[in-house]
Parts: sequence; C-alpha cells; structure tokens
Amino acid sequence: MQERIKQIDFLGLILWVFRTAIIVAMLWGTIATVMDNPYSAKAWTDTIVAGIAQGSLYALIAIGYTLVYGVLFMINFAHGEFFMSGIMTATIFIAQPMSASGYLDRHPIIGLLIIAVVTMLVSIGIAILTERVAYRPLRGAPRLVPLITAIGASFFWQYFFQGLYGSEVKPFPQTDILTGKINIGGVEILKTQVIVIIVTVLMLIGLYFFVVKTKTGKSIRAAAENKDVARLMGIDVDRAITLTFTMGAAMAGIAGVLYALVFRQIHFFMGFFPGIKAFTAAVLGGIGSIPGAALGGLFLGIFESVGPGLFLEGLGVPSPHQLKDVIAFTMLVLVLIFRPQGILGEALAEEKA
Amino acid sequence: MAMLEVNDIHTYYGNIHALKGISLTVEEGEIVTLIGANGAGKTTTLRTISGLLTPREGSISYLGKDIVGTPAHKLVYEKMAMVPEGRGVFAKLSVMENLEMGSYSRDDKDGIARDLERVFALFPRLKEREKQVAGTLSGGEQQMLATGRAMMASPRLLMLDEPSMGLAPVLVDAVFDAIVEINKEGTTILLVEQNALMALSIANRGYVLQTGQIVLHDDAAELKNNEMVQKAYLGMD
Ligand SMILES: Nc1ncnc2c1ncn2[C@@H]1O[C@H](COP(=O)(O)OP(=O)(O)OP(=O)(O)O)[C@@H](O)[C@H]1O
Ligand SMILES: [Mg+2]
Repeated sequence: MQERIKQIDFLGLILWVFRTAIIVAMLWGTIATVMDNPYSAKAWTDTIVAGIAQGSLYALIAIGYTLVYGVLFMINFAHGEFFMSGIMTATIFIAQPMSASGYLDRHPIIGLLIIAVVTMLVSIGIAILTERVAYRPLRGAPRLVPLITAIGASFFWQYFFQGLYGSEVKPFPQTDILTGKINIGGVEILKTQVIVIIVTVLMLIGLYFFVVKTKTGKSIRAAAENKDVARLMGIDVDRAITLTFTMGAAMAGIAGVLYALVFRQIHFFMGFFPGIKAFTAAVLGGIGSIPGAALGGLFLGIFESVGPGLFLEGLGVPSPHQLKDVIAFTMLVLVLIFRPQGILGEALAEEKA
Repeated sequence: MAMLEVNDIHTYYGNIHALKGISLTVEEGEIVTLIGANGAGKTTTLRTISGLLTPREGSISYLGKDIVGTPAHKLVYEKMAMVPEGRGVFAKLSVMENLEMGSYSRDDKDGIARDLERVFALFPRLKEREKQVAGTLSGGEQQMLATGRAMMASPRLLMLDEPSMGLAPVLVDAVFDAIVEINKEGTTILLVEQNALMALSIANRGYVLQTGQIVLHDDAAELKNNEMVQKAYLGMD
C-alpha cells in the first residue's frame, strides 16, 4: 500500500515536471520569438490563414472518425482511405479528362461540382462496402478485432488503388478561377484557402443541422447511445450505422476535393498522414464529439502552422518548420495529460454494446 | 385467440440455458404480471418476446402472427412496445427528443400530437422538463420518461420491466397508478416486477417464474393468497 502511494506520487511528479518543462519551453520560445521578431505581420497572417485551411481539412476528416467511434466504439483506421479513394477516382476519370478536353476551363464551377459529387459517391461507396464486408460481421467481437480489421482494410484499399491507378503522383488540374489570391479586408488570401474554409463551414453547418434537427439524425444519436433501446423504438440500427459511415465518408470525400485544390497532387498513399492527423484531431477534441472533431481539427491545423515559428524559432531550433509534426503530437500529449477526455469530450463514456 | 401467445420457448445466452420452456398468454385488455426472483429469467422473457433475443425453440404469436425471427425494430410497427429494465432513456437526448424517438415508427402527425398530450397529462413533470437532457432527470422522472416514450408508439401491447426499481414508495404508487390508467385507456399490459405485492394488486393474472420455468399461474387474487408466493415473494411467513 505504502509502496503504491509512493509510486503514484513519483509518477505524478514526473508528469508535473514534464508538463512544466513543455510549458516553460513554449513560453520561453514564444517570448524569444516575439522579442526577436523574425517574421513580418504579413507572414504571421499567412501562416495563420494556412493553419485555418489545413485545420479545416483535418476537421472534415476528423468528423468521420468521431462519428463512427460514437456509434460503434471503434477507431476506423481505414477512414484515410475513404478520403483517398474518392478523389483518386474522380481525378483520373473526371478531372483529368475534363481538363484535357477544355471543359473544366469553360465551365469550372459545374466541372468542380461534378468532381465533388463523383468523389463523394466513390468515398461513400468504399465506406459502405468496407462496413458491410469487413466490419459488420465482427460487430459482436472483442474490440481489438475490428480495430485490427480496420488496419487491414486500410492496407487493402491502399494496395488496391495503387494496383488500379499506379503508384506515381498524379496532378490534379488547376482551374483559372481558383488560381491566385483574393483581397479580404486588406489581407491577401489564396483563393483555394478561402474555398476550403467556406466549404468546410457549410459542410459542418449542414452536418449539424442533419444530426441535431432531423428525425434521422436523432435516430443516429439514439442508436449511438443504446442500440437495443433504439431497436425498441423501431430504429433500424444497421441502417443507422450505414448512414453514419455515409456521413463520415461524404465529409472525407469533400476533404479530398479540397485537398486536391490546395495541393494539386494525388496519390494512393495520400490518405495516410491526413488520416493520422485527423484522428489526432478527433482525440484532441474529444472522440465521439462532433463539435470536438471540428474544434480539434482547427486547433491542430493552426498549432501546426504557427507553432514551429512561434515556439521553436526563438529557442534557436534549426529549420523549425520541419518539426511541425512534432508540435502536433506534442500538443496531443499535452492536451491528453491535462484533459484525458479531450477538449470537448465527456469524462469516460459508459461502456456500450 | 389471445393477443400474445408464448409457447414453450427456450432462450440461450451462448451455452447458458436461460429460458427452459416458457408458455404464457396475454388477452387483449388485460394486465398480466410476471414475478420471480433475481435471475429467474423475467427480463430474458420480455427481450425474447420483443425480438431482441431469438428463442432456439418454441413459438410466439402476436395478434395472430408468428413473430419469432422478426427483428425488434419491426415489431414496434405491429404496435408492441417495451419499457426496458433500467429505463434506458437516451441520456444525451432531451426529454422531447426521447419522446420523439418513441414515435419513430409513426407518421400520423395528429395521432402523435394527441399521444404527446396524453403523456404530458399523465406525467406533467415531463412537460416542465421538455428541453432538459434526459441524463439529468431523477430516477423517478426517467421512469416516467421511459413509460411516456413507450406510450408514444401508441402500443396495443406494452411490456414494462421492473418499473418500480429503485424508486421511493410514493413514486412507486404514482408509476403503478399510471400503468392502471394506461390500461384503462385501452393498452394491454405485460408487467415484470419484483415488487410482487404491488404487481398482483393491479394485475388480472400472474405467472411465477423460477430458474427459467413457469412454476405457477393463476388469477392475481389467488396468487396473493398462495402460500408459496407469500413466502417467497411477498415476504410473509
Ligand atoms: N447477457 C447475458 N449473458 C449471459 N447470461 C445472461 C445474460 N443476461 C442474463 N443472463 C442469465 O440469464 C438468467 C436470467 O436472467 P434475467 O436477466 O432474465 O433475469 P431476471 O429475472 O430479469 O432477473 P432480475 O430480477 O435480476 O432482473 C440469469 O441466470 C442470468 O445470469
Ligand atoms: Mg431483469
């Protein structure tokens, strides 16, 4: 007993030292950077806007992790592949031919809408297929089983699309209307970033409305809380789960289109890092919480973008911008030390079947 | 023909043989109670009837149809509802949203509005707390909500699993009054209770369940006077 108390205290002390060290380092770096003032105000604004745009992409993808976790208590590691599969397919079968024929330049808005719709449909199709074939048969199994299946599904789709479309990087065509910058209140912002932010906000509002206000949305929340009682209400729980995957995949599909507009490159491995980052964002925000996923994504994007310059530059770290992933995961660790349930998560959700 | 006829059902949890041949009938308009000790199989019986569990043997007919194998979410459309053990309110949904889920199976807006009035008339407390998140309701209020939610399906058969569990005596009375009221308005009731005295005092007939089998079946008044029931379930010597 004595032993144990000592051990806990010891662990607590280490954690405390760790937290304090990180916070002191962050503050120190920030102060040093501010004193030194290596960047112009414009550079800071650009960095922040880029962070918001990047965070928007994370937020859109993170929604899928959080929705599925909310209903099935499972981390769907194949979600990054839902993101990749849609835009890959739409790039090769729609965007590139449209660009080659000149249609995309003549009708950019209709063209992009068609690309978005096809992307979403493919992402949704892959998601529904994965759920139906790989996850549903294992629904009653111990939690580790679907987790490993999800990792397997992720590899499966990566290799599948590599085999189907080849492993080289594919260019996503540029459109004139989205090239260059736009002046918003005296700040020059890349048009693609503006589009990313606007579309994300619209998607999130749409999702919020659907989940909170509609009968189907409510039935999904009910199924997330208690599947048997939801059944007693007449809710087809399998259908609710399919819908959950559909919503997540639709968001991921749109994120894929936005990613393509910003980065203009597509390849079979593109789902991996955004997937991991979005998962991080979902945990950061409190997995299972939709506003949490949105907030976590935004938070991560901004931190990742601003962090290296702000915290590391002042500490004299060479080439701090290569360390943005370190910042991102340090943030995760830090938030989880202080709030294990994430920013908006509830204290450990009760066990559900 | 009885509204509900359960015929020699056997239900298993894996290898555990929980129901060993249960038969019972419920006639339209009745209150029938199922009493028995902890672990006797009362909840399992209700879950099997409602389609959440599938019996390995035996048959269940409801309103003349064989319903074994019909999934739970389809039986609601046949006007069968259940208040599960432990109430099972959707804690993160508001009181109103819980009630809306109760009427998930229905499209008749007018009928739903009328039933909502009926629920609020029976449980005025729920109306006061319409917007409150159900998880923050008291135990008694949650029981009212779970009952009201089942009423929103406008069921012909309503099954309740231990509605008195964990409630103060005053509230137990209120809940049983509500059950009688619901029955008077035309809903048939199958009531599972550990509070045998209360259950038998409002029921027409009762079944006594012991380790997965029906050991006694009689009119409620007779059961109340039965020596074995008095000893085992009514705490009399
Ligand atoms: N999910 C389960 N897995 C395995 N066995 C179960 C499960 N649920 C119930 N049982 C077993 O089945 C038997 C009947 O349980 P049931 O819950 O139907 O009893 P009950 O009469 O409702 O009891 P109580 O009054 O305590 O609610 C018990 O022996 C119980 O241990
Ligand atoms: Mg029980």
